Order: sequence, then structure tokens, then C-alpha cells
Amino acid sequence: MPTSFIPTAADLLRLSPDIVLTAGGALMMVIEPLTGAARKARMAAIAVLLIAAAMALSVMAYSDPGTSFSGMLVVDGFSTFFRILVYGCGLLTVLMSVDYFKRERGSESGEYYALIVFSLVGQSLMASANELVLLFIGLEISSIAGYIMAGYLRDDKRNNESALKYFLLGSFATAFMLYGVAWIYGLTGSTNLDTVRRAILGGAMEQSGQMLMIATALMFVGFAFKISAAPFHVWAPDVYQGAPAPVAAFLSAGAKAAAFAMLVRVAASAFFPLSAKWEMLLWATALATMIVGNFAALRQSNIKRMLAYSSVAHAGYILVAVTAHSEVGIAAVMFYLASYVLMTIGVFAVVTLVASKGERFVEIDDFSGLVQRQPMLAIALTIFLFSLIGIPLTGGFFAKFYVFKAALDSNLTWLTILGLLNSAAAAFYYLRVLVVMYMKPAAEGAGPVDPAGIGIKAAIVASAVGTLYLGVYPSAVLDFAGKAAQLVK
Amino acid sequence: MLDTMFFYMFALLAVAGAILTITMRSAVHCAISLIASLAGVAGLYLLQKAEFLFAVQLVLYIGGIMVLFLFVIMLVNLDSAAKERQFHRRWAGGAVAAVLAGASALWLLSKGAPSFGSPVAQAAPSPDGNVEQLADLLFRQYLVPFELASLLLLVAIVGSVLMAKKRTS
Amino acid sequence: MPPELTQLLPASVPLSWYLVLSAILFSLGIAGFLFRRNIITVFMSIELMLNAVNLTFVAFSYHLKQVDGHIFSFFVMVVAAAEAAVGLAIILTVFKNRATLEIDEVSSMKL
Repeated sequence: MPTSFIPTAADLLRLSPDIVLTAGGALMMVIEPLTGAARKARMAAIAVLLIAAAMALSVMAYSDPGTSFSGMLVVDGFSTFFRILVYGCGLLTVLMSVDYFKRERGSESGEYYALIVFSLVGQSLMASANELVLLFIGLEISSIAGYIMAGYLRDDKRNNESALKYFLLGSFATAFMLYGVAWIYGLTGSTNLDTVRRAILGGAMEQSGQMLMIATALMFVGFAFKISAAPFHVWAPDVYQGAPAPVAAFLSAGAKAAAFAMLVRVAASAFFPLSAKWEMLLWATALATMIVGNFAALRQSNIKRMLAYSSVAHAGYILVAVTAHSEVGIAAVMFYLASYVLMTIGVFAVVTLVASKGERFVEIDDFSGLVQRQPMLAIALTIFLFSLIGIPLTGGFFAKFYVFKAALDSNLTWLTILGLLNSAAAAFYYLRVLVVMYMKPAAEGAGPVDPAGIGIKAAIVASAVGTLYLGVYPSAVLDFAGKAAQLVK
Repeated sequence: MLDTMFFYMFALLAVAGAILTITMRSAVHCAISLIASLAGVAGLYLLQKAEFLFAVQLVLYIGGIMVLFLFVIMLVNLDSAAKERQFHRRWAGGAVAAVLAGASALWLLSKGAPSFGSPVAQAAPSPDGNVEQLADLLFRQYLVPFELASLLLLVAIVGSVLMAKKRTS
Repeated sequence: MPPELTQLLPASVPLSWYLVLSAILFSLGIAGFLFRRNIITVFMSIELMLNAVNLTFVAFSYHLKQVDGHIFSFFVMVVAAAEAAVGLAIILTVFKNRATLEIDEVSSMKL
């Protein structure tokens, strides 16, 4: 329906976080040449302010939920939740990166922070898009910024390889997704999620059911790449291992959360009538992802690669909740992603500190004796590892609890049992790090861990506090997630 | 009748260009074949009365993207690559996958073909031309994606300059 | 004219022919991606896939008598241009550091 050129005030309010971030990012690009080489941390400060403003504006926009811009953008509990989540992830990444660049001298530049800000715009759009066009643009903004950030240190061969693999496989996945969208457009006549759902309910199933399933399968292939589900997970270990540690945190936490938000919204909104047909496929994908992630992680000696496979396994747990295709499942997905983002950022922050300049110390054995070298860091890492395992009193425990509860509510008993077994098996590789930290004496060759700057300390403390908060008092976040899970009105 | 002849011509150009792109040895030859394939697809757009896309395909895709490809190929100077092996050792797997994908797509299309209804003889004539219609949609309904596409291009510019600029150290 | 030939030369081109053509182009793109070794050619196969997608959009748009498909096609082209710029910059950086563009050589991180 054609609307007037000029957006209404309500429309602008709903888009305001993205507008602020875009304008701010562009301003950062303008100011960047004016800051001296030693003062790039100022750009980080500007980024922090922008992201905080965007978070505040998202909360304000939530006071007036609805769709805007002729049904393209939707602001509801689901999108606000994910907006706050990705903005928080971006904030913590900026804080982490300031410290990272203190060691990698000469390569810091304002563009890095501007890219994070732009990537956040893309991710926030992925969470709040109601139209496949906007979803696609948001996905590409986030992905392209991610490709660059993954290869940020141009002289480091690992970064180059990471960026190349991420780019090639990411573009391949996008092409699949687009082909699926093209077929959906042809079969339903629109790319608006609500219109697609109405068309499917209205009779497109009877007319061209097979092609519709093929189209959703193609889209699912694209989404599966982005969430690193098996068998489309092969890019994740190489990309997360090769990218700089703060970027790996950002991609592994924020980009994955946004990709899940995208998947859940499209599945629950547009393909809701088809959900029963897809249960088998999602079931198999969730199981395969958990198994592949956990059993490959057991064999790793490089901590970043191990964390990459562990993030694949966590994507599997979240897929269990997606398979449940119920409101409880959606709420479980949201809660899991909140706790997952916090613990992932925390773990990668500790890895950034221990890895030191040039990321020399990234083997698990380099963590030996951490409790003697840096006791506070060891305690923080213990909290994060407990949360990843799923030990009570941490957010990870309740996250897994709600996921499996949602699965049981939807009669996915076998998947729950296998998921719990996987979770138990996963404890081994996390415990290995704990053992090395506490039991082994510090190796002679390991240098002293550099003192942590205030930014990364704040990031670690915030993540640890958040993880414990979600573990002790999950109901606040969970209730909000439950209310927000009402996507299909 | 004439439509069909043109369709065959452009389709042949597109498919032949595509096959050559994925099989030729030298990267420059691949790029030229891809240009031919893109030109075929542009012709197909014109046949379906998508005049704007026809022009954009020629100017942007061929005149912009493929020229960029050719620049990079020249910069990278792949003479030595032309003499080396150019297909994976395990190409059989890829070939099987691609053939399966294509065959299943064709089979499914044949199953679903009746549901697409009768062929469109002539699009309903509308007072506006193709560009006017596009402009109307683009600036009213699709305003937000349009503006954000400019953000996407900004990110691409920032990123590619960051990646490829001369090292000053 | 023999009946088979009239089948092949209808008065106007049916939609399914365009869809078959784009499926063929898409599969050729997948094949190129999966089994070429040169990184630039691999990327060219992705461009082929995106073209197949665009053709599908335009074909459906013509069939549905709407212009929305053209808009989506337009956005896909914009994204393809952005990805080309970034991707080629990454490829250039890889080449500067390794002096080779073989996909197997660039894979140093193994399972």
C-alpha cells in the first residue's frame, strides 16, 4: 500500500536506534582522520556512547510497538529483546577491542569501531524486519562488516584465511537463501512475512505444496550456514580460530544471535503453517549439530578452535528449542541466546588477555597455572566455563533447562535425552580447561599475563555478573521472553 | 514466435557463457565468458519488459562488477596459475552434487509446472513505464531498504579500502 | 511443422522455461563453486548463482504482473556489487600475503 513520502513520528521512533547508529557511524568515519594515531581509543568512546544511546532508544521505541514503513519494520518484544542483546554484545566487544589494540600497536583505526557500529545496524534490522527485503539487507550489512573485521589484521595470514573462508561460504549461503526467497515470492506473490503466511494459509499449499517445501528448504540452507548448523558448520572453526579474538567473540555471539532471531521470526511468522512438516528435518539438524560440535571440540588443543566447536554445539541446543516450534520454545531460544552471548563474550575476553600480543598463547596448555598468575581472571573464567557446561547458579543451567523443558512439552523425548547426553559429554572439554588452570603449575615459557585495561575488565565483570544474574534470578528475563514469544498475532 | 527465437538465443548465450566460465583455464577467459552470460541474462530481462533491470545489468553488473573483476585479475597476474592444475582432485564429488542439484530441480519443476497457470501473453498495459512504476515502489513502499542499501554500500567502501589500501609502514 | 517442433516454438515463452533456465544457471554456479580451485573463479560462480536468482525474480514478477520482483532484483544487484568490492579486496590481500590463489594452498588451519 503506497504511503506518503514522509514517515510518521511513530515510524521514526521505531527506526531511531538504527538511525542514530548509522548517523553516528558516518560521523565516526568523518572524525577518524582527525584523530591522531595514538588516540584511537576516542573512537571507541564514541562507539560506546552511540550504542548506549541506541539501547535507550530501543527501550523507548518499545513503548509503542507495531509495524511501520508499510509493514516492513516491526517493533515488538521479540525485536526489542534482540536489539538490546546485540547492542550489549557490540558494547562489550568494543570494550574488549580497546585492550586488544593496546597490544597490536599500529593497527587500530576508527574504521574498526565504525564497522562494529554498522554491523549492529544490520543485526538490529535482522531482528526487527518484517519483510524479506529488509531482512536480506540487514543480513548483508552485518555479514559484510563481519567479513572485513575477520580479516582486520591484514598482515596476519590466519586473519586473511578467516576472512576469505567466511566471505566465500557466507556469500554461497546468501545465494541459497535468495533463491529460496525468489521462489517464495513467486508462489505467494509477496515478500512480506505476514502476507506470505496469509497466502500459505489461503491455499498456496494445495496448489504448489512441493515447490513451497523446496523454497523453504533452500532458505533453511542459507539460515543454517549463518547459525553454523551441521552440515553447514564447516566454516565456523576456521573463521573463529583465524579472526582476532574480539572479532571472534562478536561473530560468535552477536551475529549468531541475530541469525537465530532471523530464523525464528521467519519460521514462526511466515512459515508457521508449515512448522509441523519441518519438525523431522529440524530434529535431525539439531541432533547432528550437537553431536558434531561436541565430539569435534573434544579433540581440539587450540582454545579458540575448541570454543568455535563449542559454539556450534550450543547452536545445536538452541535448534532443539526451535524444533519444539511452540511459544515456550521461542522463549527458551531467547533466554538461551541471552545467556550464551554473555558467557561467550566473557570467555573470549579472557582468551584475549591470555593470548597476548600476536595471539601467541592460544593453546589450552597456555592456560596452565592461571590461578597462580592471575587469580581474578581464573575465577571469571571458571564462572564462564561453569555456565557453558550448564552447572546450576549460572545462566547456562537455566538456559539448557528451559530448552529441554520446551522440547519435552512438545513431546521430543528422544531429542531431549540425546541432548542431555551431549551436554554431559561436553562437560569434558570444558573441565579440561579448568583442570589445566587449577591443577597444572605455570609453565616456564608462559609469559606474565599483561595487565588488563579498564575496558576489558569492565567487559569481563559485566559478563560474569550477567551470567550469575541469569543463573540466580532468571524469571525476569524469562517472563519478558515468554510475553514476547507471541509473534503470530 | 519472434519472442521465442530471442529467448533461445539469449538463453543459449547465458548457458554457454556459464559453462565456459566454470571450465575455462585462464581467469581472464572465465571473466569474459561470465560477461557473455550476463549479457544473455540482460537480454532475457528485456524480453520480459524489465527495461530498467536490463540497463542496470549492463551498466552495473557488466560495466562495474566485471570490470572490477578484470582489474583484480590483472593486478594479481595469474599467468603462472594458467599452467597449473585447475580442478580439484576430488572433482567427482562436486560434479555429482551439481548434477543431482540440477536434476532434482528440473524434476521438481516438471512436477510443479502445471500450477503456474497459462503463459502470460501480454502484461496488462499500465499508464506508467517500467521505470516510473519502479520509482513509485522504491520511494514509497521500499524506502527503508533503499536508504539502508546506501549504508551497505558505505560499509563495502570502508571495508574494501581498509583491506586493500597501500601499507604505509 | 512436425508436432514436436510446434511444442518447442510456442507463441510466447511460458514461465516454466525461465525457471528451468535459472535452475540450470544456479546448478552451474554450484558446480563451479564446488570444484574450481582458483579463488577468483569460485567467486565468479557465486555471481552466476546470484544472476540465476535475479532471473527467477524477474520471471515471477512478469508472471504475477507486479514490479516487486524487479525491486528485489535491484537490491540483489546492489548487494552483489558490494560483495564483489569487499570480496575482491580480501582476495587481493590474500594474494599479497601468499602469492598464490589456489584454494588448497590457502587452507592452513586443519581439523
